[in-house]
Formats: sequence, structure tokens, C-alpha cells
Amino acid sequence: MRINPDKCVACGNCTYACPMGAIYVDPAIKRATINRDECVECYACYNGLSTEHLNPSIVRNIRKFFQMGRLRFDPEPDVCPTAAFEPDELQWPRVVRRAFSDPRATHESTGVQGRGTEEVKTNDVTGRVKQGEVGFTIEFGRPGVGVWIRDIQKMTWALAKAGVAFEKKNPFTLLMTDVATGTLREDVLNEKVLSAIVEIKVGVERTEEIIRLVHEIEKEVDTVVSLGVGTRCDENGEDKIVAPILERLGYKIERAKTNMGLGRVTNPAAEKAEAKQDPVEQSR
Amino acid sequence: MTNTLHRYGSAESFDDDYIVFATPSNGRNEIGSLPKLKKFLELALPFKPVNIGDPVHGGSLRPEKGLHTSANWNRDMTPNFQAVIDGLTEPASVVAIFDNQSSAEQFLKVAVEADLGLSVNMSTSVQGAVECCKFAGIKRHSVGYSLGFEGATDKLPNSQALALSTMCGHGMISSSLAKKMIDWVKEGRRTPAQAVTYMTRFCSCGVFNPVRAQRILEEARKKME
Repeated sequence: MRINPDKCVACGNCTYACPMGAIYVDPAIKRATINRDECVECYACYNGLSTEHLNPSIVRNIRKFFQMGRLRFDPEPDVCPTAAFEPDELQWPRVVRRAFSDPRATHESTGVQGRGTEEVKTNDVTGRVKQGEVGFTIEFGRPGVGVWIRDIQKMTWALAKAGVAFEKKNPFTLLMTDVATGTLREDVLNEKVLSAIVEIKVGVERTEEIIRLVHEIEKEVDTVVSLGVGTRCDENGEDKIVAPILERLGYKIERAKTNMGLGRVTNPAAEKAEAKQDPVEQSR
Repeated sequence: MTNTLHRYGSAESFDDDYIVFATPSNGRNEIGSLPKLKKFLELALPFKPVNIGDPVHGGSLRPEKGLHTSANWNRDMTPNFQAVIDGLTEPASVVAIFDNQSSAEQFLKVAVEADLGLSVNMSTSVQGAVECCKFAGIKRHSVGYSLGFEGATDKLPNSQALALSTMCGHGMISSSLAKKMIDWVKEGRRTPAQAVTYMTRFCSCGVFNPVRAQRILEEARKKME
């Protein structure tokens, strides 16, 4: 992303819009400027700000006049008055920043907008997490901190060493050159993203071990980590296994995402494949 | 996407936050799902959602490109629900947000009866979802718990800015903007209702809850935490 200096009037609205705090008004040139190192190409500025198409020279002169009189400006705070933001043509590896930061950029690998996969949201049709299993979503960088991909590798190495299975369809797994060791592509390590989600699945008996491992490694990572734990409920719609483990570990579970079990496989090709592979699940 | 799971707040603070969404599964049931997704949102409207949306086009209040200068004085702040439904052009998760349990559970019951065949999830407090399932006469299939934020939590903003900014789980509402809106409300430069409209436009999928945000801003006006 870039800000056209011929258009920018240094109103400063965009400095608040940036989730990474990477936009500032440079006093030397009196224009809003993007710290490219910190910018994660999330497009919150370009997509989120409304725009006007005012004449930049007129706006600058009005602003100068008001400033001389110490008069307060009170513009709409979500508007770029001169539509000064212009997207760059992103090249590899910088394009990785956008893929993991702009929710409207589709991951070609999964077809899902956003950073992860469908996880338990479609568990009723995918059967991804079965009874006796636990799916973890380990998210780095959110809210509002961001993460360098090289930092996430510390976690993927540790998880791989513990012998866990990374979710194959997760976009972050596809950045790995070696899934067995959790090693990531060398050329993306120095890219910063708004957030990235590592997804794994283990047997329920390893729940505590994985939580403790994540807790230990996150101390070495200079960002926030949001941990999600997904499981399949029993035939009565209850979870009497994972929730008690989490409570025993001291977690007060305030919020959850609940799959209501209303989904069905209806794509003709998928139906045939399902019937072939898993007749019990198909008849559910 | 875990964009609705990690909202910041206590279970009680989600009493006015019920997110119900329908998701087509890639390769399993997304073919022919577009009319079902539209139907899902249409079914939600009688229960007065506070926002609806999809991740491709956004929510019911969106950024406007090419505003006329007069918009600084008479800007349209009205959410447009029908535009979300009409503008849905491809299969994607669609979402309806409710500010009370009664509406959420009644909508869930209707969604069960409609039998659209899409995965339907509810994101709220654990107990809130359990009670909605009970009302709708269904059993939970799966559950994903949020264990909250860990690691370098010293980098996070104050609790009210955090509660506001995490209502866009994609992170498109910056904590700086949330803090600025709290300040503007405290200064009397904008009402909470006005401040909420600015933040709502940044949310790229419509999961932002303007009613909960307005409550948080009202609380912050009197006491910043």
C-alpha cells in the first residue's frame, strides 16, 4: 500500500485506522507515510476508509488557515478526503503479508477468506474433529499486534517435535517446506502479518500436554497468542471431557463457537466419495 | 477463521451478543448454496438482527467511496440489510448478529425448521448457546472454546478498547480507532451511536455488534478502565 503524496493532506485520519499503527504524518514532508516494515498489507486503510475526492491544494490551504487561528477541525474520522491510498502490485514474498492480513484476500489453497480454514464450523459435514479428538487453533498476532512469521516457526518446530499433525488445508501449513519438522519457507520468515493460525489435531488425552507446550513456547514469541480448542460433542450434545480439562487447568471459559449440526453433504461428487469412505458418517 | 470466537469480555458481557452464521463447506455443499445463504439471512430479518453480513462484501453499514462534501453534515448512517442479501454473489459464510437471547433462539428454531443443509454455528457465551439449542430442540454437534489471550499481553490496549476492537475478529477495527472513539464520546464530540457507525464500517464481514459497542462506549464515557 502507498499513500500518494500529491493527494495526501495530512489530516491524520488514517493514522488511527491502521491496525498496526504503521501510518504516521512525517513532519519533514507533512504527508501521511507508511512504515513499510510494519505494514502488513491488510488494506484496512484502503478498504475501510470512506473517501471524498476533494482538491488537495484547497484542503491544505483551508487546514493552514484553520491552524493559524487555532481552530479545531472536526472531520468525519473514517474518511480520507482526497482518496490518497493506492494499492501496490505486491510481489512474492510480500504478497504473503496480504494473504494473511486482508480478510478479503482469498487463500487459493483453501478457498476460504481469512487466515484459517473451516475448522469446527463445518465439522458436521467434514467430520474433521471426531469424538476423542481435539482440534487446536493457535492464533498469533491478534488482536492488533501482528507477528513476524519467523516467530511462529518456534511454535511449529516445537509442535512438530511433539509429533502432532498439522491441518493439511490450513494456509499456514502450506508455507511449510517440511511438515514433519514444522520448518517454514526461508523466503517468508521476515514477513510480518496481522495474524496467522496454526491448526493441529490430537487425541483428547494430549489436551493438557499441548496447552502446556503452547504456553511454554509463547514466552519466546513477541506477540499475543489466542488459543481455541474444538471438540465433538457426545450424542446428547454435551462435552464432558474437554471442558473439565480446561477448567482443571484454570481456564474460565467465557465464550465458545457452537456448531449446531445442521449441515449436510450435498455436492454430488463429495456425496459419492463420502459414501465410499465413511458410510456411517454419510447416513447421519 | 476464528473471527468471532475471541471477543474480549466476560460471559455476562455477551448477554447482548449472539452471532449466528451459516457456512458452506468447500467441496461438500457449497454448490447451489447461494440461494440457501440468502434464505438464511432473509429468515433472520423478522427477528431484528443488529447487523448482518458476509466476508466478501461486508456488513449492513459499509465504507462509501466518493462521498459528496455534504456528507460531513448529513451522512446516511442507516444500515441497509437488504443490500447485504441482494449483494451476495458467491458462497461464503453469512452472519446475523442479535442483541438478545430471545431473538437468537427464535431465529435458530426457524433455521432448524428451514433445513437448509448448511452448517450453522452460534458464537456467544457457552451457556447462551446451550440455552438456544434447548429452545430450538437440537443438540450441539461440536464446540470450539476460546481460551483468551496469552503471550505478550502487555502489548494489548485497555479493556474497553480491546472489547471494541475484537468485535471485528479480522482485526480491521484498530485499537487506536476504538480508543479515539472512546475519547470523542468522553469529550462529547460524538454520541456513542455516531461513534459506533464509524467503527462498524471498518468491519469487513458484518460481525461487529453495534449495540454491544454502544453499551461499551456508554460505560467508558463515565469510567475508563
